Amino acid sequence: MSILVIAEHNNDQLNSATLSSLSAASQMGTTIDLLIVGYNCQAVAEQAVNIANIRKVRVADNSAYQHFLAENIAPLIAEVAEGYSHIIATATTTAKNIMPRVAALMDVQAISDISAVVSEDTFKRPIYAGNLVATVQITDPIKVLTVRGTAFDAAATEGGSAMIEVVSQVYELGVSSFVSEQLAQSDRPELTAANIVISGGRGMASGDNFDLLYRIADKLGAAVGASRAAVDADFVANDMQVGQTGKIVAPDLYIAVGISGAIQHLAGMKDSKVIVAINKDQEAPIFSVADYGLVADLFTALPELESKLS
Amino acid sequence: MKVLVAIKRVIDYNVKVRPNSDNSDVELANVKMSINPFCEIAIEEAVRLKEKGIATDIIAVTIGSQQSQEQLRTSLALGADRALLIDAEQPVEPLAVAKCLKAVFDEEKPDLILMGKQAIDGDNNQTGQMLASLIGCAQGTFASEVNIEEGRVSVTREIDGGIQTLSLTLPAVVTTDLRLNEPRYASLPNIMKSKQKPLATVTTDELGVDITARTKLLGVEPPAQRQAGIMVNDVTQLIDKLKNEAKVIS
Repeated sequence: MSILVIAEHNNDQLNSATLSSLSAASQMGTTIDLLIVGYNCQAVAEQAVNIANIRKVRVADNSAYQHFLAENIAPLIAEVAEGYSHIIATATTTAKNIMPRVAALMDVQAISDISAVVSEDTFKRPIYAGNLVATVQITDPIKVLTVRGTAFDAAATEGGSAMIEVVSQVYELGVSSFVSEQLAQSDRPELTAANIVISGGRGMASGDNFDLLYRIADKLGAAVGASRAAVDADFVANDMQVGQTGKIVAPDLYIAVGISGAIQHLAGMKDSKVIVAINKDQEAPIFSVADYGLVADLFTALPELESKLS
Repeated sequence: MKVLVAIKRVIDYNVKVRPNSDNSDVELANVKMSINPFCEIAIEEAVRLKEKGIATDIIAVTIGSQQSQEQLRTSLALGADRALLIDAEQPVEPLAVAKCLKAVFDEEKPDLILMGKQAIDGDNNQTGQMLASLIGCAQGTFASEVNIEEGRVSVTREIDGGIQTLSLTLPAVVTTDLRLNEPRYASLPNIMKSKQKPLATVTTDELGVDITARTKLLGVEPPAQRQAGIMVNDVTQLIDKLKNEAKVIS
């Protein structure tokens, strides 16, 4: 039983999402290798060797892998996967794009977004936007899995001394090419890794009004999220969307402001430790999952909250 | 060019789903069914390509029981030219669905395959990527913008960090995200006309695809319920509770 975890990174920094997969992997077996696929990504490998309980860090470094195109990376992973019992990645948009392609190459039915490990071949996963939890057993000999990041604690980043092994195979299918990328720049914590998240919905009424949230976020060291309604209305960018099809978050504190609480939004945040809802409609479904509810006009409540937070 | 749109019949997104009596699966009896919302976006995109004079032939395909004809008829009313039902009474996993679609691809040779990025029942988000893998073609997943340009398709994708644009050679598989378009409703005249459009049926055996399940569903349960919360009177009390009771801010 040996497990291959696929690292999430930007060729420079290891993404902390990877640590959730490593933690899930440790519940399935003890021999864990990490595969880093990218371009000029040696810095990522150097960070990864320190992670506890990894046997080998395998690194495929080639320009073909620079932009993480699924067409090039999937055949590499499928080849490297030979001999492993489990191939695991955290369910980021990168992994969701690549892992099913890997599974099809290996003729294996993948399992997406597992939230618990029951045994080495049986897993729990949310279905129907998290309204139900399914227990699924895989009969394929090799298990290809993506892991819900919020469901597993981060593995320790220190205490290890893995060896680095170079993977030299290069796949370049030539059917897809990278054109451009617009990545959000923010000094605030990353949404899926933040301890506190404050999110706004349609009730915010405009993108400018999100400043009310940013100011509170900066006082709390929080990340700022949004409901689908706020993103659809162009108040804020898509990378801020929390929900079934956006990001899944589970911070210590989640503050939902002007969000009614459609099940698709609840799917993305209801595992948060403490939930606060601020909404002027006391019938809003968000109150049914809130630990603390405040019926108030957000345009008076938010400035007051900002001024009273020390 | 020819466009293949794969759709799925799912429990309507407004329905509160429940486990069945022995918790072995989701209760499907007497539940309203609809086209998966992401698939509606895929159909809409295909119809818009036809309206722009780019697409000439739109084929809607689904895998499911005879009842899925309902969703195919809706697709025809929305603007698909013909439909194909791959008849399967048992649930079919994403890999097997992808194999069936690959068989249809080999027969029809479409230039573009559009489908939803995920179905809102299983939330798997796998089938498009698997199909592209089996064809060996390019994939543009989570698309928020699609432009056809001289034998290629430019796809803008919603990714965790923001937005990414890729250029793909055709044929390609594109899976749709929420903001790609806003689907239209079928008009009554188009619903009437859809009844005259061709709808063929084929079996998985005829396609030569083994749809034997690779996973076993051992059970379905509701998630852990949250404890009921309290209402606070004002911002001052809220801050007090967060500091001194929940201890999540300092």
